[in-house]
Amino acid sequence: MKLRSLRPAAFGILALALLLAAWESYRNWFGPWLGTKREVGKVLGFKLLPRANDLAMPSVFDMGREFGKPQVRGSSTNVFEAVLEGTFNSLKLAVVALILGTLIGIGAAILMSRFKVVQRGLMPYLVISQTIPLIALAPLTVTWGGEISILGFEWQKWTSALVLGAFLSFFPIAVGALRGFNSPDPAALELMDSYASSWWSTWRKLRLPAAIPYLAPAMRLAGSAAVFGVVVSELSVGLTDGVGYLILAYLQEGTSRPAKVFTAVAGTVVLGLLMAALINAADRFFTRNRPQEEFS
Amino acid sequence: MTLAVDVAGVHKVFNSGRPNQVDALSDVSLQVTAGEFVSLIGPSGCGKSTLLRLIADLLEPTAGTIAVNGKSPRQARLDQDYGMAFQQAGLFEWRSVAKNIELPLELKGWDKDKRRARAKEMLELVKLPDRADAMPWQLSGGQQQRIAIARALAAHPSLLLMDEPFGALDEMTREHMQAELLRICAATQTTVVFVTHSIPEAVYLSDRVVVMSAGPGRITSIVSVGLGGGRDEDTREAKQFYEKITEVREGLRGGHAIAGQQIKGVDDR
Repeated sequence: MKLRSLRPAAFGILALALLLAAWESYRNWFGPWLGTKREVGKVLGFKLLPRANDLAMPSVFDMGREFGKPQVRGSSTNVFEAVLEGTFNSLKLAVVALILGTLIGIGAAILMSRFKVVQRGLMPYLVISQTIPLIALAPLTVTWGGEISILGFEWQKWTSALVLGAFLSFFPIAVGALRGFNSPDPAALELMDSYASSWWSTWRKLRLPAAIPYLAPAMRLAGSAAVFGVVVSELSVGLTDGVGYLILAYLQEGTSRPAKVFTAVAGTVVLGLLMAALINAADRFFTRNRPQEEFS
Repeated sequence: MTLAVDVAGVHKVFNSGRPNQVDALSDVSLQVTAGEFVSLIGPSGCGKSTLLRLIADLLEPTAGTIAVNGKSPRQARLDQDYGMAFQQAGLFEWRSVAKNIELPLELKGWDKDKRRARAKEMLELVKLPDRADAMPWQLSGGQQQRIAIARALAAHPSLLLMDEPFGALDEMTREHMQAELLRICAATQTTVVFVTHSIPEAVYLSDRVVVMSAGPGRITSIVSVGLGGGRDEDTREAKQFYEKITEVREGLRGGHAIAGQQIKGVDDR
């Protein structure tokens, strides 16, 4: 049992090792060989495959070494610590954004399953809301900073990131929860009616637990949406303590230290993985007593 | 004798005034005395499930009156005067067996100790005392249906409404469950209104079998069975059992205006 549960992790590590090996062999051997042949690697006269130099494709080992170097010349923190801290800051924001998005999504789904009118009226707006380009919206929310102050609370840059993360993550939750809340069998609803159960009791004792299997995949989508929303808004609103901003900052040194930006990219990958692990753990907890379906 | 159920001149029309209007029930009257076991049998579309839902106040009659224990069906439902069981056991898969039985008691606001005690009592009644902590998916179909019956009876209702509760079980389990149901009803003095597709099941279980026919749904005859209290496996081979089966079958035939038309949805097993 123990060994079996380790298997996905082993495959994950193997896949990562293969990816890194492919990267290294391209930049060291295949790429340079391609450089000697002008015709190969061109389709209809367009160059498709990247050049394999240190600027475009820094070595994996250089990336590794970057973690140990000081953040900026003469600073006491190294890149590893900076990326770790940035990743942790972004994770905190993304988790709060996910929780916020989940609450809003479930709230919207409750309203929609309770009142069919709300479902018909609200759904089109929910769909439209997801077509708004986030990068366009992010700077807009920053300007709210000067306008909005609720009970002495000042709008901060992190508030923008939080709002955008929540904004992206609530949609899959709302859709998944709505399907889940409407999933009970008519007979189960009749049973609750026969007990003269109120709408609210029926929701708590039947609709909500019935929705858990629908919420798990919705949470996975919402988790990556929250991470995406937070990281992208860090970039566009200039929130300096997140890992998203580090990508932008390290990219400034693209010519002098081309491998450095990949440390921040690795940070975002770890961020995504941590988020997925958190959601998996939550899913395991909430479905511990249910018939287990095998899913990879 | 007090009347557990009194249905008087009930009509039920679905989609009234629209092209897909259905006359589900037409001028149906039925009285069930306390402690009686009454089956509703008839072809698909005869309105037997509709009648059961009208008694349960899950539907409202278009015309006519219904009384349950002398009250309106709504009041009876609010008071949890009846318990219900369906073809699918419909246990909540996220609740343990005991928690499933406790569901109606939770909704009545009973405290935890009282609920626990009642669940234990009900599990003993349906002869599954050691499965309290099992999850529903760990039980067989017959066991699940027993738990559904235990849940329906948990609040000690005086009336049990059952909609083809054994329809999804295999024949052996089904006969066993029928005997169990009789034992449970005798022990708890519960009145039962039982919808079924099966003639032998209706005859074996019931004091009276109400034969219904479709288009519009109505009662065509009522067969008094009277096999008595001591029904056992031998009863299924007794002459009187077969006579009553024949009587019900003829009732079902007679209900059909067109001679030779096949009676759909009635099980002759």
